Amino acid sequence: MKIRRIGLGATALLAAGALVLTGCASGGSGGGAESGVITTNGSEPQNPLIPTNTNETGGGKILDAIFAGLVYYDGEGAPHNDVAESIETDDAQTYTVTIKDGLKFTNDEPVTSDSFIDAWNYGALLSNAHNSSYFFEDIEGFSWDEDSELTGLKKVSDTEFTITLTQPLADFPLRLGYSAFFPLPASAFDDMDAFGANPVGNGPYMLDGEGAWKHDEKIDLAVNPDYDGGRKAKNDGLSIVFYASQDAAYADLQGENLDVLDAIPSAALGTYQSDLGDRWVNQPAAIFQSFTIPERLAHWGGEEGKLRRAALSMAINRAEITEVIFQDTRTPASDFTSPVIDGWSDSLKGAEVLAYNPEEAVKLWAEADAISPWEGEFQIAYNADGGHAEWVDAVTDSVKNTLGIEASGAPYPTFAEARTLITSREIQTAFRTGWQADYPGLFNFLGPLYATNAGSNDGDYSNAEFDALLKQGSTTTDIAEANGLFQQAQEILLQDLPAIPLWYSNVNGGWDKDVEGVTFGWNSVPLYYEITKG
Amino acid sequence: MPRYIMWRFLQAIPVFLGTTFLIYFMVFAMPGDPLLALFGDKTPNPAVLEQLREQYHLNEPFIVQYWYYMTGLFQGDFGTAYSGEPTTEILARTFPVTIRLAVLALIFQSVAGIAVGLVSGLRKGGIFDSSFLIISLVFLSLPIFVIAFVAQFVFGIQLGWARTTVGSGAPLQDLIMPAIVLATVSFAQIVRLTRSSVIETQQLDFVRTAYGKGLSRGRVIPVHILRNSLIPVTTYIGTDFGVLLVGATVTEGIFNVPGVGRTLYQAIIRGEGPTVVSFVTVMVLIYLLVNLVVDLLYAVLDPRIRYVK
Repeated sequence: MKIRRIGLGATALLAAGALVLTGCASGGSGGGAESGVITTNGSEPQNPLIPTNTNETGGGKILDAIFAGLVYYDGEGAPHNDVAESIETDDAQTYTVTIKDGLKFTNDEPVTSDSFIDAWNYGALLSNAHNSSYFFEDIEGFSWDEDSELTGLKKVSDTEFTITLTQPLADFPLRLGYSAFFPLPASAFDDMDAFGANPVGNGPYMLDGEGAWKHDEKIDLAVNPDYDGGRKAKNDGLSIVFYASQDAAYADLQGENLDVLDAIPSAALGTYQSDLGDRWVNQPAAIFQSFTIPERLAHWGGEEGKLRRAALSMAINRAEITEVIFQDTRTPASDFTSPVIDGWSDSLKGAEVLAYNPEEAVKLWAEADAISPWEGEFQIAYNADGGHAEWVDAVTDSVKNTLGIEASGAPYPTFAEARTLITSREIQTAFRTGWQADYPGLFNFLGPLYATNAGSNDGDYSNAEFDALLKQGSTTTDIAEANGLFQQAQEILLQDLPAIPLWYSNVNGGWDKDVEGVTFGWNSVPLYYEITKG
Repeated sequence: MPRYIMWRFLQAIPVFLGTTFLIYFMVFAMPGDPLLALFGDKTPNPAVLEQLREQYHLNEPFIVQYWYYMTGLFQGDFGTAYSGEPTTEILARTFPVTIRLAVLALIFQSVAGIAVGLVSGLRKGGIFDSSFLIISLVFLSLPIFVIAFVAQFVFGIQLGWARTTVGSGAPLQDLIMPAIVLATVSFAQIVRLTRSSVIETQQLDFVRTAYGKGLSRGRVIPVHILRNSLIPVTTYIGTDFGVLLVGATVTEGIFNVPGVGRTLYQAIIRGEGPTVVSFVTVMVLIYLLVNLVVDLLYAVLDPRIRYVK
């Protein structure tokens, strides 16, 4: 009698369990991707999918696939017209944009001048607090302090509008391929929240139906049959799977559940090339890594600071650290930009300060000591949640051994904490800095970081000569001439070293046997439309 | 009995208030501005930052933020993540997945653990017993992520028996491997617990009496030995459900399961107060509920408990 009751209890428990399990398991089996659909890795977008509000790679990757801007970038980072028929200017300050006739969004709304003007105005409006609003700051009418209209945008006709800037900027057209400048259909403004969950674009791909964005899991994109630009898809669609860790994504690549991967986890860096045969890539990306020493710190200002910075830079053995610690997945820096950017150079005047030269380093340090003797410890602050401890230790060891001073890393638990101390200028040591370019132009690596009072000038660097060269380069409509001026500006940076360049991050990726035509763009994202499968 | 259940529910209220307050306080005490981190190495415009701070009440003191959260909670509003998604939607999406994973693991570990433990206990010192003592020791000493990576590599990549990670919708067949991995540690515990409990019970007088009355082994083992040995095991399994929910963090990360653990981890990294607190609150509630069920199960297993209460 009693035994039966226990048995009953147990079976009831099991049955309940089974019910829970089967009841919830109706989600349909994953995988089984139809032939021709490329699966690739991604991460859950941090923001709704609105072009002007997305500033991270997870969402950016999706937006680039489902929207077409005025221009797009090819594998080398060179701009080509996408929606634009032409972008013309005489003075680098007023641009006339003509867009192709007859283009439409995937909901059949036409792409017109208003699609751009309204989208940009919405993104720039202060009270909308969009993450990428700063992209519009050079357009006339933009304001940081109050809601104001971008008066610099003028509609001429449905296919023509003009952009007037507050100052000449030669590389402005180059920026127009960035997601912040994408157009929006009129229907987006009815309910922006709903639009962000189910965006309607005009790009080579479109969302595969309502609810194609399965939060935390994946987003399925189908080919947009109406797209008629330079990025026409050569495959049958794109399925971007969201991973919380790169290790899981890499396991899926090895288990043949994933076609293309654009991030190799650090645990596999030693083996991925042999794991994947010839299906991998390891090339510099548009990511510049450095550490910054604010001039306001004792011993780091003026002539003394200049000598010490040079000494420090020459005390670091970049080649050895990138090889030993990063297993050659970093490329030692030879300037302040990136090799994938047009105008990059490894032969700037003064670039020898980036080469390992212990004798010279000791000499310069001694000269600085003659001005004012060094005391205390040299420290580089970093966030401990980002895997920086190893290289910071290697760099500070290199400094310690070469210069014979105390040097160490200063870890902060979280990125948020480190950034808070840096932006509030409370930090009392050197700190790690990095820059990932928004668009493939030299100016983007220089202006926002080192121009006087620039937004991300965390070290408060200021040099009138540098500012002048930057401005001169911006007003020149000839790209080669502009790049020459930006290189001259960098030669000033090499003397002043507002940040000590370390290395460029490489993009490390791999792909499956089934796919062909994988190339990585200037921004480390594969050119998905070119990939073929089967 | 109903009064007992009522009393237990009332007890849950201060526990609930206390935990939400503590968790909220701890998230709030985390250094640094979580919004700043969203912008990476780029410094956001102060005006934009101010707008966002206001939107998430981050410019208010802790107690005010907590008040906003609690009043919202009683109106059914669990707050929004920085992504703009309501926390309730995230909860509704992730909890079923993790519960499925945890229940599956619970079934694996209980059924296999009790069966192996019983046989080991009955054949103490035998080959079966000794080999499972060693196996359980191995499982107990290995960190779960090692077991997970090995399982993923061997069964997923090398043999191809299972998907390397869990596919879209977290179908049951994909969850089997992660569930087994999640179950290993507790499986080893349950084997050992059942074994020693069975050995102990076997030597008690009532078992000898039962045999003396001429009852068969087929009757004595399940009714007299197993039933009495299951009390400590039940306690363990009950409390273990909470541990499973937490342990799922590691397993979910490795097998990319879109469940509570993975999402909670990301929310902590981003310093998203409302999301973290809501998740932990629901976990606390589940934990309290499971403990209640365990206490009630005692009564089923041991009549003495039933009558004392």
